[in-house]
Amino acid sequence: MILSLVEHAGGRPEETSLEALTLARELATATDAALEAVAFGAESAALGEKIGDYGVETLHHVGDERLDTYAPEAWAESIAQLLDATDPEAVVAPGTDRGQEVLAHVGARRDLPMAANCLDVEAGDVYELSRQRWGGSLVEHACLDSDTKLVTVAEHEFSPETAAEPTDTSVQPFEPSLDESAFRVTVDRVEESDETGVSLGEARVVVGGGRGVGDPEDYDKLETLADSLSGTVGASRAAVNEGWRPHDDQIGQTGTKISPDLYVACGISGAVQHMVGCKGADNILAINTDPEAAIMQKADYAVVGDLHEVVPELNDALADER
Amino acid sequence: MDTVACIKRVPDTGAKLTLTDDEQEIDTSHLGFTISPHEECAVEEAIQVADDHDGTATVMSLGSVDADEQLRTGLAMTADEATLLETDGEEWRPRETAAALADALSADSGTDPEFDLLLFGNESADVANHQVGVRVAERLDMPFVAGVSDLTIEDGIAVAERDVTGGTEVYELDLPAAVGVKEGLNQPRYASMRAKMQARKQSIGRQDPVAGEFDGGIEKVRLEAPESTEGAAEVLGEGPDAVPAVVDLLRDDLEVI
Ligand SMILES: Cc1cc2nc3c(=O)[nH]c(=O)nc-3n(C[C@H](O)[C@H](O)[C@H](O)COP(=O)(O)OP(=O)(O)OC[C@H]3O[C@@H](n4cnc5c(N)ncnc54)[C@H](O)[C@@H]3O)c2cc1C
Ligand SMILES: Nc1ncnc2c1ncn2[C@@H]1O[C@H](COP(=O)(O)O)[C@@H](O)[C@H]1O
Repeated sequence: MILSLVEHAGGRPEETSLEALTLARELATATDAALEAVAFGAESAALGEKIGDYGVETLHHVGDERLDTYAPEAWAESIAQLLDATDPEAVVAPGTDRGQEVLAHVGARRDLPMAANCLDVEAGDVYELSRQRWGGSLVEHACLDSDTKLVTVAEHEFSPETAAEPTDTSVQPFEPSLDESAFRVTVDRVEESDETGVSLGEARVVVGGGRGVGDPEDYDKLETLADSLSGTVGASRAAVNEGWRPHDDQIGQTGTKISPDLYVACGISGAVQHMVGCKGADNILAINTDPEAAIMQKADYAVVGDLHEVVPELNDALADER
Repeated sequence: MDTVACIKRVPDTGAKLTLTDDEQEIDTSHLGFTISPHEECAVEEAIQVADDHDGTATVMSLGSVDADEQLRTGLAMTADEATLLETDGEEWRPRETAAALADALSADSGTDPEFDLLLFGNESADVANHQVGVRVAERLDMPFVAGVSDLTIEDGIAVAERDVTGGTEVYELDLPAAVGVKEGLNQPRYASMRAKMQARKQSIGRQDPVAGEFDGGIEKVRLEAPESTEGAAEVLGEGPDAVPAVVDLLRDDLEVI
């Protein structure tokens, strides 16, 4: 049996969990094993009607009301007890903050190795897998040797696919024994952000500014460009380190990953750690004074020139377009 | 209040990742080395918390003797102590790494842990196993939260925030506690030249790491630099003269106007 962790919002599965279910089903099909799922909180029972399309035969529904609030150790302890009870060949979780953290706890509790951010997994006595290193700039091919294989799935690397034949998911309550100590880490409260406007991760157009922008005021030009394209402004780590932009604007390995229709990279050299954050962009337009800059090989289109001249001229031209 | 930040020496890769011929590592012959951005923030936070609460901050790394360079960066940032769990430079796997760190962190403590806050990067920059912090915390029976973007210490409690879609989740952990932090948590200080000189003279504690025995595990076979769709960009022109071509592109081909 292959067990997959499903995160949900009010009984609706998260996209990343459907991605993980897709990989879990491939594993199950390859080994002729059943695909089962585990989910937490009272509302998770409703998932039964949603994940049959993905081939899930059984949903282990952990309805303990203390789990309506996320508690990583309680989730992990429940999954560990479910492993004891059902002995799955593998547990597959989404490569989200929660997925990574919970599965790592399971690994620590049952002394099992874990492979994070997998792209592809081939079943067998030992799993042959590929996984992301360096935030996705490198792929590692590795073998995972363990009684129960713990695997998380890299986010947004492929689209979820429903099963050829939908299944009727049977929903089975699972009642782990959890003492208070399993709840020492829980979400105490959620604070909503008062940010308005499009977020960097979801913007259709992003205008990025790097060290070449030169000073914080000059981001005004980039803001104007972003506004006229209904987009938002991002930055490189060099610009954030200079204190020109907040870290929330940073694109890259240790910042935000963007996937716009268009990314305009201004005064950015094209370091791997930056580019891994914008590989989801459909089109990249670079504006750079240096025709030899690495970004010139990585962008689709380029203007060789000083952004302080090109961007204002472009802003004027776009104003005329209206 | 005593703090420890666990850091790792990683290559400071530039525009292109080149692998060694045996595809086991990044070719570092032309590269410098650094501490990952997440871990720099862990060091900064360790120092600030120790300063604010009359304690000491320690930086700890498991790696070859070359990792002294990164530990000295920590000292130059004004960490009080540095410990190297010295290896022969081979890459250690996550369970072994966590066991060795936990062992070193608990070695000279009696019943009470010697430190109150343990900081990790959310994930290491190179292998990104997303688990060493959790495994150390479990071994030391400490609460742990990953993905921390804001941290406050008050009255024996660590208040940790983690960004989620549309807001932040707030966790309250009883100390001693462990966290995995993300860049943006703070602005790591630049070490002054003077501090760097002084750090060169400071001593670094050395220990032999104790890994323990584990069944199975994850074994690297080889690395691969993903097929890039690289090819030169289509140059639309030079300077402001290129603007009409850019407007055509945006309007007709990309349809973003
Ligand atoms: C573990 C790790 C993680 C990292 N994570 C990230 C990350 O998440 N995001 C990130 O961005 N970086 C990250 N970095 C840093 C990364 O390696 C680079 O240092 C950084 O991206 C460089 O930023 P930049 O391109 O703005 O600056 P530079 O490399 O200095 O490039 C500036 C560019 O601007 C051009 N330029 C200068 N003047 C002008 C002008 N007037 N008009 C037009 N062009 C001009 C120059 O030709 C040059 O190409 C990370 C590094 C490490 C080691
Ligand atoms: N060799 C090491 N030495 C010290 N700390 C480490 C080491 N490996 C990992 N860590 C810590 O554990 C965190 C998570 O690592 P990882 O599980 O590889 O993603 C890193 O950000 C470091 O803080």
